[in-house]
Amino acid sequence: MSAPTLGAVWRASLRRELTLIWRSPADIVQPLFFFVVVVSLFPLALSPKPALLALVAPGAVWVAALLAVMLSLDGLFRRDQESGALDLLLTAPVVSVVPVAAKLLAHWLLTGLPLALIAPLLGYMLQLPVAVLDTLMVSVLLGTPTLTVVGAIGAALTVGLNRGGILLAVLVLPLYVPVLVFGAGVVRTALDGLPTGGLLAVLGAILALAVSLGPVAVALGLRISAGD
Amino acid sequence: MDAPRLTVRQLGCERDHRMLFENLDFSARNGEIWQVTGANGAGKTTLLRILVGLHGFYQGRVEWSSPLPPSLLYLGHQPGVREELTARENLEYNRALSGQTGDPDAALAALDLYGFEDVPAGRLSAGQQRRIALARLWLDGKDVWILDEPFTAIDQQGVAALDQRLRQAAAQGVLVIYTSHHRVGDGVHRLHLGEDREVAR
Repeated sequence: MSAPTLGAVWRASLRRELTLIWRSPADIVQPLFFFVVVVSLFPLALSPKPALLALVAPGAVWVAALLAVMLSLDGLFRRDQESGALDLLLTAPVVSVVPVAAKLLAHWLLTGLPLALIAPLLGYMLQLPVAVLDTLMVSVLLGTPTLTVVGAIGAALTVGLNRGGILLAVLVLPLYVPVLVFGAGVVRTALDGLPTGGLLAVLGAILALAVSLGPVAVALGLRISAGD
Repeated sequence: MDAPRLTVRQLGCERDHRMLFENLDFSARNGEIWQVTGANGAGKTTLLRILVGLHGFYQGRVEWSSPLPPSLLYLGHQPGVREELTARENLEYNRALSGQTGDPDAALAALDLYGFEDVPAGRLSAGQQRRIALARLWLDGKDVWILDEPFTAIDQQGVAALDQRLRQAAAQGVLVIYTSHHRVGDGVHRLHLGEDREVAR
């Protein structure tokens, strides 16, 4: 009987996921809005002194980006589960990693990537020196895909639960710590005028690990959630 | 007679400390239509989920004569239609995902959805959304159909067309297993779950 080619499934899935997110703009705007608002609150709460702001800026931007990604993930599989589309995905004659990976890529492109693009602007607002802004952007660019993939594992495991949000945070936040440490660390290193190549390489290595193994874990998580 | 496509032996499933069914034995061949009946909560949906491999907690054996996924057309309790996508987008995605062949527009037209191809599914009625999912039955390339309540929310004409389609497919060698409360038609094997369980012709 007929089984599809991986390429055809990948293309159809990517087109579907991009269309789905594009048709619900709130899913794109919400994390971005959250990111901008949280970072903007820091100067109001602390003090507008440039020296102090530059000191907290790497951490503030990174924590806000991390939480923005995590909040966007709670509903990642929920509507597919409620509509029954998830069951069709899991019974399809193709390894579920392929459509899952397409979903993660589409989600990152429309939620994670905008965060990386706007991060330099927020860094500038927090009085980071212009010379450091490219490091900030690259670190967020390398870090957010990892956050998306790791968070998606939690989202897959909690998709069947009514109030999965807090459980998702408990599951996922400890796994986010290395990304946060190296992500904010690389910006601080750049701020001190030290070479950042090594730390960026570590972020890249974590990203490679997450992207290669993460989708498999997400697919398995979905299968476990569907099992009962 | 040819070997059964599906053999179920001593199948039992427990849910929330309650036996849904146990010692279920039957075998089904290509070209047969099986209707699973039973009261609400008797385990019809769970049985179908076990057959397609979505539900892993059961006792007994479920054996398919050849690997199931390439042959399987499964429609779950929920239609699997995303409201943000149009009727055609939903069907084309499901066609690509399952590797079916055939013309999506013709399939939609067969279910009276001609003219609604580019309308987001969210603006269609429940019955029409159900029809988008059912349109997969008018595509080709699958010979084991497992359908959970396919007649739900479908009007009388639609039920007749669907019934005819199931028989036509079975005549071409498709094994059809579905759950429904509708009356059992002629030549349909019946599998009743519940206290008064029976496997009958």
